[in-house]
Amino acid sequence: MNSDVADGAPVVLAARRVSKSFNGVQVLFSVNFELRAGEIHALMGENGAGKSTLVKILSGFEQPTSGEILLDGQPIKLPPNGQAEALGIVIIHQEFNLAEHLTVSESLFLGREVTRFGVLDRKFMRAETRRVLDQLGSHVDENALISSLSIADKQMVEIAKAISRDARIIFMDEPTAVLSREETNYLFRQVRKLRERGTSFVFVSHKLDEVMELTDRVTVLRDGQWVKTAPTSILDGESIAQLMVGRELSSLYPAKQEPSVDEDVMLSVTGLSTHYVQDASFDVRKGEILGFSGLIGSGRTELMEAVAGLRSRTAGEVSVRGTPVPAGDVHAANRVGIAYMTKDRKHKGLLLNSGMTANLTLQSLDRHGDHGYLSPKSEAAALERARRRFDIRVRDGRVVAGRMSGGNQQKLLLAKVMETEPDVIIIDEPTRGIDVGTKQQIYHFISALARDGKSIIVVSSEMPEIIGLCTRVAVMREGRIVGILEGEEISEQEIMRYSAGLKKKTAA
Amino acid sequence: MTASEDAAETSARGRTWRDIDLRAVAPFAALALLLIVGALVNPNFIGLNNLANVATRSAFIAIIAVGATFVISSGDLDLSVGSMVAFVASIMILFMNSGAIADPSLMLAAAVALTIIIGAGCGLANGLITTVGKIEPFIATLGTMGIYRGLTTWLSQGGAITLREPELQALYRPAYFGSILGVPVPIVVILAVTIVAAFVLYRTRYGRHVVAVGSNSDVARYSGIPVNRVRTIAFVIQGVCVAIAVLLYVPRLGSTSATTGILWELQAITAVVVGGTALKGGAGRVWGTICGAFILELVGNIMLLSNFISEYLIGAIQGAIIIIAMLVQRSLVRKS
Repeated sequence: MNSDVADGAPVVLAARRVSKSFNGVQVLFSVNFELRAGEIHALMGENGAGKSTLVKILSGFEQPTSGEILLDGQPIKLPPNGQAEALGIVIIHQEFNLAEHLTVSESLFLGREVTRFGVLDRKFMRAETRRVLDQLGSHVDENALISSLSIADKQMVEIAKAISRDARIIFMDEPTAVLSREETNYLFRQVRKLRERGTSFVFVSHKLDEVMELTDRVTVLRDGQWVKTAPTSILDGESIAQLMVGRELSSLYPAKQEPSVDEDVMLSVTGLSTHYVQDASFDVRKGEILGFSGLIGSGRTELMEAVAGLRSRTAGEVSVRGTPVPAGDVHAANRVGIAYMTKDRKHKGLLLNSGMTANLTLQSLDRHGDHGYLSPKSEAAALERARRRFDIRVRDGRVVAGRMSGGNQQKLLLAKVMETEPDVIIIDEPTRGIDVGTKQQIYHFISALARDGKSIIVVSSEMPEIIGLCTRVAVMREGRIVGILEGEEISEQEIMRYSAGLKKKTAA
Repeated sequence: MTASEDAAETSARGRTWRDIDLRAVAPFAALALLLIVGALVNPNFIGLNNLANVATRSAFIAIIAVGATFVISSGDLDLSVGSMVAFVASIMILFMNSGAIADPSLMLAAAVALTIIIGAGCGLANGLITTVGKIEPFIATLGTMGIYRGLTTWLSQGGAITLREPELQALYRPAYFGSILGVPVPIVVILAVTIVAAFVLYRTRYGRHVVAVGSNSDVARYSGIPVNRVRTIAFVIQGVCVAIAVLLYVPRLGSTSATTGILWELQAITAVVVGGTALKGGAGRVWGTICGAFILELVGNIMLLSNFISEYLIGAIQGAIIIIAMLVQRSLVRKS
């Protein structure tokens, strides 16, 4: 950690008593924020705490309702719609703004192409792109198509783009959400390099360990209010989490409950193959939480989608309580009690333009009336039940799903899946992009479901989650299950060994 | 006060002007505005006779557009409806001319059944080509548009197909020109079709599936909805609506030709969009569609009754309406 580097450095960007309301609802209350030259400043808070609003205000995408923004000590009204880039303020969005069909150098110079005599000067642009990438220590080929790059490299291109535009202040919103551990390390090395040269970063993340590792200072927001700004070195993960939640986080994970060995096998998968997944076999017993770990691209999601009937399988059997489940038929899988909860809640899970009711009952409409007719009363009752059971908190019951916070969306998605009353629940990335308070709630929901005798599969890239929740862990690598760990074996190092290919055992 | 009354009251109080969905209200506001403009242009306009006339004449487009509301809500598009009208009408008249059944009433009943079946079949073809053939609906129905039109031209040998039996004509005529309790039959049919369609779209599982598929087919698939079946059925509904429109069209002129229903697809899509249904799918408004069909017919009517715009410009005005409707829709979306 490097907090003294930034100490005493001049403040480049500041928010002073900034407030913001949308349609009369106040989301920021007189917030102060200071970013120094050459520091990495973490902005933390639960979903809905106001982080993204503050980032938007500091980058000109929104104007504050009151309060002022200072750039280099001077009050300034930032220009809207990303024009603040001209002032050296750049946001790198969670979803990249890259056109897939352009090359790296075309992307870098998009909108400010260099010409000679009215003709594109490709040679110059390529050389310049190479120079910036070299400066970052990135191996990315300047002539490669964006679509051919890994997610980490795309991120690198975004950063290169920011640097080539002389960015002094870079906002990164959850940059590591889609990165593997290795890619994250690579990103962090580049970020540190840029910090040495005076670039300032605002780092928005839910991952406490990364914040501890990378950042110099931390600012915590809660419910739209500034709570604390402090050097990272005097904080630890526990204290940051407490500042965010405002209460003691007794324990993130509920106590594990081992199902007894002679409990019935609920789900049984044998020899399942798809185009990528090879010969996967595993059982889940009643009341068990089975984890699936592995690197991104190891085939976990593909396997689960094949189990849930969302994907065809080339070989293998799936059965629930001994009853075989037909391949490639979601509805049939639903009927025998398998439900899959997607990790992509925005594109595959929820209808963002529809209200909570339409989303909640979408998968289980046959429970709300006979002969295809829908009973509004029965649907309303289901929503009321789900809101209470899963603690879905919204100000207005008619809000569309796209306007809800990530945590509430996730709870709504879980509620939707549970409406089908499944016996086997496959949860893919249960807590992606949600705050620590909601995470804890979701963990407790999962544990309670297992206690009720449901069989649960948790697919997760967050190792602590797998270790904290699961009584058995299957590790996948390159489309195969390379090991199933139990009891004492379940540790970060051991899982890593399997997923990196250092260790292997035949499925138990 | 019981608990439910209490809840009803709080929700009523909770509804402020801000909650009113502008997109749902806009077409009706436009309709009201047109009625006022019409009354100012020509006092005869606002008379019950003229308005009933306008509504009657809008019947074909209105009924076809109700079907189009399903197709568009599910995220597809059907360009073939105009040709389909001509094709289905040709088959119906040819069947009635064939004299296959002697008794006129029985013959008419059989012809009606056949028409519905042919319409549904045409819709099914569109649906299967789009879903099973995995062809963009724009291209698929552009193809069938040519096919249905071409078959009609061939059946009619380039001329007209006319209902020959006078007895059948006399029996069938009231289906367009008659009235029930003083209301012209076409208006009754519009209402009946719309009420059924609104029920299906808003109150049934299938209607919910249509909106889900149109709004995000991935979410629908992950929710266990048979996406292709939902889309195909929407095309079949469209075909049945076309057949119902044909049932009203044939008794009106007793004849059809290769130029029947030309550009009706444009008018039907315009009615749907003017009515507030999103062209990219995911939100269907059946009553808005009917309102849109009236607006189109009213604009034509006002142009006829007034003298300052040539009625030859009707096509241009209707084209302008669809563009204006899209602009209004977009600005309303941005505001909300």
